[in-house]
Amino acid sequence: MSSNAPRLTALDALHRSLGATMTDFAGWDMPLRYGSERDEHLAVRTRAGLFDLSHMGEITVTGPQAAALLNHALVGNIASVGVGRARYTMICREDGGILDDLIVYRLAENEYMVVANASNAQVVLDALAERAAGFDALVRDDRDAYALIAVQGPESPGILKSLTDADLDGLKYYAGLPGTVAGVPALIARTGYTGEDGFELFVAPSDAEKLWQALTDAGAPVGLVPCGLSCRDTLRLEAGMPLYGHELTTSLTPFDAGLGRVVKFEKEGDFVGRAALQEAASRAEENPPRVLVGLVAEGRRVPRAGYPVVADGKVIGEVTSGAPSPTLGKPIAMAYVDAAHAAPGTAGVGVDIRGSHEPYEVVALPFYKRQK
Amino acid sequence: MSNPQQLRYSKEHEWLSVAEDGVSTVGITEFAANALGDVVYAQLPEVGDTVTAGETCGELESTKSVSDLYAPVTGEVVEANQDVVDDPSLVNSAPFEGGWLFKVRVTDEPADLLSADEYTEFSGS
Repeated sequence: MSSNAPRLTALDALHRSLGATMTDFAGWDMPLRYGSERDEHLAVRTRAGLFDLSHMGEITVTGPQAAALLNHALVGNIASVGVGRARYTMICREDGGILDDLIVYRLAENEYMVVANASNAQVVLDALAERAAGFDALVRDDRDAYALIAVQGPESPGILKSLTDADLDGLKYYAGLPGTVAGVPALIARTGYTGEDGFELFVAPSDAEKLWQALTDAGAPVGLVPCGLSCRDTLRLEAGMPLYGHELTTSLTPFDAGLGRVVKFEKEGDFVGRAALQEAASRAEENPPRVLVGLVAEGRRVPRAGYPVVADGKVIGEVTSGAPSPTLGKPIAMAYVDAAHAAPGTAGVGVDIRGSHEPYEVVALPFYKRQK
Repeated sequence: MSNPQQLRYSKEHEWLSVAEDGVSTVGITEFAANALGDVVYAQLPEVGDTVTAGETCGELESTKSVSDLYAPVTGEVVEANQDVVDDPSLVNSAPFEGGWLFKVRVTDEPADLLSADEYTEFSGS
C-alpha cells in the first residue's frame, strides 16, 4: 500500500456493508452518504442520525502547566474552563490568521483534549508541540487512540439513555464526562455540528463497531439512520456554523470572520497572535470588515463557494458555502459581504451563478435554530 | 441496478431511446443519478434549441455539485420534461422513466453510442 492510500476508520467495513458512497476527505476515506442525503438530513432534524467522525484529530495536553500552555497557544481563556466542560476556540498564527477552529474539553484538572479538524490536525499538533517549549506540559498525538461516533437529533438523549448509566440530564451542552456506553468506555460529550441536541462519543477504535451497532439497534425504533458527511455539511450550514477552509482561513483573523468574541485579551499572560489580533480588533471597529451573512435564494439555483455576491452590477462579496437547504426547501449560502449590504433585508443583492445574477435575500444567521 | 436493453448509452452517462418518427428521448442513467446524489435543480434545453452531440445543453445541480448535461446526439429539441423541472428528484427516483429529460428530433448521431451491455461494462454498473 502506498503512503498516499486513504486512511480508513475503524468502521470502514461497516460503512461498506451499509452500501455507503465513500469520499476522500482530508486523506480519509469517509462515508459521504448511505442513501439520500436529504433523508439523512431530515432524520437528524426530526429523529436521530449516526455519524462516523473518526477523521477528527484528537490531541491530549497534560501536565501541571497544561492550562498555561493552552492559554498561550490558543486565543481563548482555556484556564477558566471547568473540569467536565468544553469550549469552542481557535488557534491563530502570530499574524492573527486562523490556523484552525477547535473544541477543547477539560477532562481533569491537568488534562485537556483538543479536537482539531481532520485537514488541520497535523498543523495544530505541530503548533502546539512548538508552543509547548518552556511549559511543563506534554502534547500527545491521540489521533489513533480514538474513534469518534456522533448521535445527533432530538431522539438522541433517549437513545443514549437506554445504553448508559451516565447522568445525561446533568450533562449540559458543551460538556463532556467519562462513562460507559453499551459496555464500552467512552468520553461522552454533549457537542456536535448539526444544530441539534446530540452527543459525541470518543472511544477506542477496537470498540467502535460494537458501539455503532448498539446505537443502531437502540435507535431503530425511533428512526435513527446512519448519516454521511454530505448531510453533516448541510446541517451545519443551516445552523450557521463555520467550516474551516470555507468561512475560516489563514487569511482571516477571528475579527474578520465575525468571531472576535472567541479572542480573550483579558486572560493572563501573552498568547500567540495577541498583538496582531489587537490591531485586527481596532481595525474592525473603525472600518467594519466584510460581514458573514446568510443568503436565501428566491429561485432554485444553488450558490457555491467562491461565487461572487453582487449588487448594482458590482461585486460586494463572495459565497463561502452554499447548498440546497432541506429544511427551508430553498438554496442557502453563507457569504462575506461588504458591511453596507450586510443588514438583513438589504434589497438588490444577488449571486452570480455562472454568469447569471440570481436574486437572494440577506438574512441573519443561523438559518435554522432548534426549539429548546 | 440494470440498464434497459432497448436503450443506447453515451460515455457521458446519458441514455437515448430508439427514435420513433425520428424523435428520441434522452435521460441520464441510474449510475449517473446515483453518482450525482439528490438532484435539486435541472436546467434543460428549451423546445426549438438545437443541441449538438457531445456538447453541453443544460445542467443538473445536486446537493454537492453542479454537472453539465451533454447531448448524446445532434438535433432539435421538441420537448423538455416539465415534471423534472418541477420535481428534479424524479431524476433520482426514476432515471429511465419519469425522470427523462428531453426529446430530440435526431439529425445526426455519433457512431460510438454504447449498447446496454457495453455501457454496463464501461460504467462498472
